[in-house]
Amino acid sequence: MLELRRLTKYFGGVRAVDGVDLTVAEGEILGLIGPNGSGKSTIINLICGLFPLTDGEVVFRGTDISTLPPHERVALGIARTFQNIRLFGQLTVWQNLWVAQKARGQGRGFLRGWLGGSRHDRVAIDKTLDFFDLGHKRDELAGNLAFGEQRRLEFARAFAAKPSLLLLDEPAAGMNAEEIDQLDARIRQLRREGVTIVLIEHHVELVMSVTDRIAVLNFGQKIAEGTPAEIQTNPLVREAYLGTQTAA
Amino acid sequence: MDFYLGLVQIIGVHTLLGLSAYCVLLTGQVSLAQAGFFAVGAYVAGMLTVLGGWPLIPALAVASLAAGIVACAVGFPALRVKGLMLVVATTAFGEAVRLFFFNFTYQLERGELRIGPHGGEGFRQIRYFPENGWSTLDVMLFIWVVVIAVMAALWWMDRSRIGAVLRAVGEDELAAQSSGINVTAVKVSAMTIGGLIAGLGGGLFAHYTTHIEHVQFGVVLATFAVAYPILGGLSNVFGTLIAVIFIQGFLIEGLRFMGDWRNLLFGGLIVLAMIVRPRGLIDAGTLVALKRLLRRGERAGA
Repeated sequence: MLELRRLTKYFGGVRAVDGVDLTVAEGEILGLIGPNGSGKSTIINLICGLFPLTDGEVVFRGTDISTLPPHERVALGIARTFQNIRLFGQLTVWQNLWVAQKARGQGRGFLRGWLGGSRHDRVAIDKTLDFFDLGHKRDELAGNLAFGEQRRLEFARAFAAKPSLLLLDEPAAGMNAEEIDQLDARIRQLRREGVTIVLIEHHVELVMSVTDRIAVLNFGQKIAEGTPAEIQTNPLVREAYLGTQTAA
Repeated sequence: MDFYLGLVQIIGVHTLLGLSAYCVLLTGQVSLAQAGFFAVGAYVAGMLTVLGGWPLIPALAVASLAAGIVACAVGFPALRVKGLMLVVATTAFGEAVRLFFFNFTYQLERGELRIGPHGGEGFRQIRYFPENGWSTLDVMLFIWVVVIAVMAALWWMDRSRIGAVLRAVGEDELAAQSSGINVTAVKVSAMTIGGLIAGLGGGLFAHYTTHIEHVQFGVVLATFAVAYPILGGLSNVFGTLIAVIFIQGFLIEGLRFMGDWRNLLFGGLIVLAMIVRPRGLIDAGTLVALKRLLRRGERAGA
């Protein structure tokens, strides 16, 4: 579904992402892990088109989308969350989803989507809010929500765009055990509904439990790829996280 | 009496000017080009009624459209820059418009009179209202019909998805892009809507003052235009209206006895407002408090 070919991004002299090849299959959950600064978030930003590539290609469903602006990529079905939450704090919870919702249809439906949305669209927003357990907060300003709720809302907002590929950038950061369990369940539920997911996460248990496959990055390069079990025993991965044992 | 009617006219026209800046400000852009669009509207409407002999309403419509087109054309290059750079770019545009009209002469012979814009001397004899027998009261009412129509349209827009999208862009462009919003299109649209409203205001202004010249459309007017919505707050259109009444009615007319000192007070008050109410006089919190107060009042009454 998504194919990254020799994906490369330099920031000045820093090689943030350095020739990464990566394929995401339809319907899978791919974990993207690596130490801080290894280029995980940069890859997400490149897939979303937030800045131009230095080299390489982003191919989505067979077409090269490397030069498309971000909003057009969303229209194709790629949505994301941010590591540092970016909500529309002065809008209500409901409006946050309203803004992101993919309006149904073109022509007359298109205009209606802009003006207020059909009954169907409104019901869809309420349903999404309920799914993310935010129904009772629908009229609150997003900026006034508790941290865990803000994370959920951002997830809900990404889902409201009706994505086929969802990129989650550290959705569990700052959450407690119970919230992480709920997150785990939601990710599985979305997969059952046919959404492909790329998950960046430092929470090892969550990654090992929910993903089908894991790719490991270090210094902008992919150093390993495989099932969670394979990754756990991979010496290169241990080295990246724990350092080399040269002295011994 | 005519003094007060005149004041109410000024407040109406300045409300339109403030609302034009309000639209742009919703998307997080501070534009000092609104006085330029206002000038375009004023000159176009004046020329159409005076030189073209048009009736007022189609002249206003065309003036509004002309200012909207200019705003759209300016929006594309200008909105590539943000923040302070946008302020500089739009100020430069506003000054360019002013200097254009400073040099613009297009006069026709009418009997012994020469009519039409005459460069630095301005555009005199925009006498549509007196020629057609409108009293000051008629003019005032007409202006306010337009103001109320614009306010109603914006009120409705604010509550539609468009309003939410404009505000989303104003809050966080990156998040808006990532939610599938074409940020450039939204900002240019807001600028265009602002241009349409400013053009309408300019057209009305030209006709009730009957004499316009370039100095009226300078940086001071542009500053007023953005000061209204900033002072009034962006939660709804009434903030702008209240700010206009406060500034034009109270600060400018009410404190006239203070002479030039009131300008100092004006600047001080804006700074004070920014410190005390950074989100404007009327923000989301005010509305909640107001609703609560009303509800309590109802309960006490019952």
